Amino acid sequence: MTPARTRRDAFPVNWTARALWLALVVYCVYAAQILQITWSRFVIGMDQGATFLARMWPPNFGPQKLDLIIQGMLESLQIAFLSTAAGILLALPLGLLAARNLMPSPVCWGARGLIALCRTFHPVIVSILFVKAVGFGALAGVLALVVATLGFVGKLFAEAIEEISMKQVEAVRATGASFASVLIMAVVPQVMARFVGFGIYQLDSNLRNSTMVGIVGGGGIGATLFTAYQRFDYDVVLAILIVIIALILLFELISTQIRKVFQ
Amino acid sequence: MNMQPDAAAAADRSLVIRNLTKEYRAGQPVLKGISVTIEGRGVTAIIGPSGTGKSTLIRCINRLVDPTAGEILFQGSDLAKLSGVELRQARRRIGMVFQEYNLVERLSVIENLLCGRLGYVPWWRTLTRRFPDEDVAHAFELLDAVGLGDFATRRADALSGGQRQRVGIARAIMQNPDVILADEPTSSLDPKTSVEIMEILDRLAGERGIPVVVNIHNVDLAKRFASRIIGMARGTIAFDGPPDALTEAHLIDIYGGEGWLE
Repeated sequence: MTPARTRRDAFPVNWTARALWLALVVYCVYAAQILQITWSRFVIGMDQGATFLARMWPPNFGPQKLDLIIQGMLESLQIAFLSTAAGILLALPLGLLAARNLMPSPVCWGARGLIALCRTFHPVIVSILFVKAVGFGALAGVLALVVATLGFVGKLFAEAIEEISMKQVEAVRATGASFASVLIMAVVPQVMARFVGFGIYQLDSNLRNSTMVGIVGGGGIGATLFTAYQRFDYDVVLAILIVIIALILLFELISTQIRKVFQ
Repeated sequence: MNMQPDAAAAADRSLVIRNLTKEYRAGQPVLKGISVTIEGRGVTAIIGPSGTGKSTLIRCINRLVDPTAGEILFQGSDLAKLSGVELRQARRRIGMVFQEYNLVERLSVIENLLCGRLGYVPWWRTLTRRFPDEDVAHAFELLDAVGLGDFATRRADALSGGQRQRVGIARAIMQNPDVILADEPTSSLDPKTSVEIMEILDRLAGERGIPVVVNIHNVDLAKRFASRIIGMARGTIAFDGPPDALTEAHLIDIYGGEGWLE
């Protein structure tokens, strides 16, 4: 009896996976060393953080400041809605063109290339580009977020369309329906609920992003926030952060309700 | 609308298939030069084992599958060569019933019926659901005829299999087609519902003089409803004749083996 030999191995060792995990750990240690991230550096950072936090409290909701904050927030809100609406309108055809089950492959690759391009750069970088291209203000912010929306939602739309049941499409096609009618009666009903979900998600994400584009000159609350930082008005910074958190939470509640309508 | 077919109309509803070949992979034909004429009346059942090309044959007719070679003559044109607008116009005259019903699940029952009119209604009217009044009236009539009058505004995914297939049949009839193709319409249903579905298909098509070509696994159902049986095996036609002429020897030739016949 040699159990070690006769017993079949139920859990064979995957040496490649182990090697990859090891490589990951080694690289992380190496990167921390290069960047001189050490425990003592971290402790110094914590000290500074405590001072910073102390200077933030209490938040400054003085009438003048509040007026600035509200104006900035309203502008951010407008940037978010405009860019989401325009971005989704553009993403609808782009997502369709990128869907491999409905479009010939050259068209798909073109559309997918455009989507990939929109997704390549972080909205901050795109914002900087648009601020330089069209000048300071909300327009640059809107355009930057339209690009972000196009890249993200376009890709999700294409994937949603690729996951539809082709049997339903086939049946409608077999009645002699035109391509437009097939889209309306066989494709849209299958993807509508998901599209609404993506749209709401993107609006949510654009709300967050719209508070950021102002930092690089794209309009909205970000500009106010940045000014407050530069003037060391940390109590105003905290006030702004609280308002942003409140808005995001409020929208979270609203979006849950909207989703329930489109099932 | 429910005119009895005269001889001319019946001739107009016939299908002539010549040397139809389909290869999904080059050199491996699923259909090996099928030639058959289907007269424009009654129910023609195509029986045969799975994978022998029954579905492919039926799908070549309305070009859900593109044939590799051959002709399908219908109302003066060769369906095998049509494309674009001409193909869509030909498809309007051909109703289809599917094994898995293929209803648009998230549309209501009545919307699914009206899908049968999409070849005639421009897309912008489809978008706002402004279908012609007579189409909507006809849809309600048909819904009553298949016993689903109370289900008009239910979503299709709320229906049972048998109910869905009734909607599938009604959708095909909505087209006012000159032929109905049914691809295993009862294979996903229980035996009792299968008979009911075949009865509805037979009755609705018969009343309107629409010929039906039906792929069917169940030999008994085929014999019961069809006036002509075509047995397919190995990508060719192995039997063609009235149900009475179909013998055990034929079935053994079509399906192979014989243990299953006992």
